Amino acid sequence: MPSLIVPLLFADAVLPEDPASRFIRLLTVFLLAMWVGFEVITKVPQRLHTPLTSGSNAISGITAVGAIVVAGALTTGAGTLLGFLAVVLAMINVAGGFVVTHRMLEMFQPKKK
Amino acid sequence: MSSQAWINLAYLTASMLFIVAFKLMTGPRTAVKGNYLGAAGMAIAILAACFEKPVMQSVAAQGAWPLVMLGLAGVIGGVIGAVMAIKYPMTGMPQMVALLNGFGGAASTLVAGAELWNATAAAKAASAPLPAWTQFAIATALTGLIGAVTFWGSLVAFGKLEELPQFKKAWTDPNRHWINLGLAVTTLLLIWGVCANPSSNLLFWLLVIVGSALGCTLTMPIGGADMPVVICLLNSYSGLAAAAAGFVIDNSVLVIAGSLVGASGLILTAIMCQAMNRSLAGVLFGGLGTTAVANADDVYAGKVKSASAEEIAMVLEGAERVVIVPGYGLAVAQAQHAVRELANALEKRGTTVEYAIHPVAGRMPGHMNVLLAEADIPYEKLREMDDINPTFPETDVAIVIGANDVVNPAARTDPKSPIAGMPILDVDKAKTVVVVKRSLSPGFAGIPNPLFAADNTLMYFADGKKAILDLTAALSK
Repeated sequence: MPSLIVPLLFADAVLPEDPASRFIRLLTVFLLAMWVGFEVITKVPQRLHTPLTSGSNAISGITAVGAIVVAGALTTGAGTLLGFLAVVLAMINVAGGFVVTHRMLEMFQPKKK
Repeated sequence: MSSQAWINLAYLTASMLFIVAFKLMTGPRTAVKGNYLGAAGMAIAILAACFEKPVMQSVAAQGAWPLVMLGLAGVIGGVIGAVMAIKYPMTGMPQMVALLNGFGGAASTLVAGAELWNATAAAKAASAPLPAWTQFAIATALTGLIGAVTFWGSLVAFGKLEELPQFKKAWTDPNRHWINLGLAVTTLLLIWGVCANPSSNLLFWLLVIVGSALGCTLTMPIGGADMPVVICLLNSYSGLAAAAAGFVIDNSVLVIAGSLVGASGLILTAIMCQAMNRSLAGVLFGGLGTTAVANADDVYAGKVKSASAEEIAMVLEGAERVVIVPGYGLAVAQAQHAVRELANALEKRGTTVEYAIHPVAGRMPGHMNVLLAEADIPYEKLREMDDINPTFPETDVAIVIGANDVVNPAARTDPKSPIAGMPILDVDKAKTVVVVKRSLSPGFAGIPNPLFAADNTLMYFADGKKAILDLTAALSK
């Protein structure tokens, strides 16, 4: 009976979160993700450092998510304009980053001749 | 499940895909898949963002127009980014990555600025000022600052790497430390101001302006060979700016992706510094020390042997094992395809050819690997420093093209040298060393290289590309 279980499982999620708990939750996420990042990236060999730099550069375009939320809310004219510009810039970062990384990685593939 | 829960689930999926993407970056073959997964994660996160409550509310009030606007912005940015990435020549990759990185930082600053503008407007309407020293206020200040430093620092790095005339000379004004200190103090005061008084948009934008100036003044003094460190550091900053933006809008996918990038950039920065035996502070504020530098004339006088293409071809004819050592000069001379031709000619004669790659050769991490891969040189032949150093004594000929400081034996032998202790490629241990170079001019460290005067070294003074082409022609005769 999922319709019964799901509300039970997530019942406490509707309670408001106090600011300190919210901050600690995000800080937990931040520190754990940093840790995962350190662990994973130390294993990348030197020859892939350039694609790693450009690939991670593309991922830093994640700020597009924030830009979309603030631009799409249409709260104030200036806020929307700034958000619109942020979406454009973040998308340049995202699209350019992934395409450049792909171009570089293609060169590392054995050539079919 | 509420719609917000589905959105959060999408963010969680995106975050997992980013981690797997990084994980797959450890191998050249799996890395392509990793890049696809990263792009897929980004697409999921971006689509999910379009369903966030604030966007849906404005859609409910005003129809499809907000989504059209977002789509338009996305298409404009996406097309510009993709066209730049496809059109830009492969040799310009370091500056291309710097530029894209800067845009990410600028976007984070604008997100913080827009959020603050909306929040202050709402606070004014409710005539209740925004509370001081909240997560929102602190994170907004930090996002604005880090994003601005990233953007302007990246633009200066772009200018330097593109070798624009304005950036030809590193900024070495003796007062720069005071200027930086002044800007840093102003920055701290403004951060305090924004946190204590978040209802002021003016203070935020002042902070952004001062951060912009700081981004420029911190990057301008940094010279050529230190660029890999700067690129890594700016990369890290753009991630941290995104993570800080995540604290502004209370969004975990921004925090996760941003901190992954931040960690990756910090690790690469540490690796680059280690490979130069320098501290991060030394790279950022130092410039190389000017301790007792051996006089170039004493080192070179009467000991440098210059050779012609024909003479070197004769040495190469008898070689069983040749190691090619590329440096930034190879990228400048665009000689990677010529090097490939030379290696082909040698391999046709039964000679083993390998490439020794120093971690900081070039202008960005791993620069030489990408350059040689562009010329179809299989990556199995590109060997890392620790891996290839023990094999130099069994190497008949080491050919150094456009590298200098990374093969300077003074790092090993002279404890007073400014580069003492820096890990180098031990090419001097090869039976014969051929150095292709335009002149005896020093490298970035500004010190003479005893390798050029060694008994087993032949200097071949010429432009890198022409030299290699002539050598290949002489060998094929």
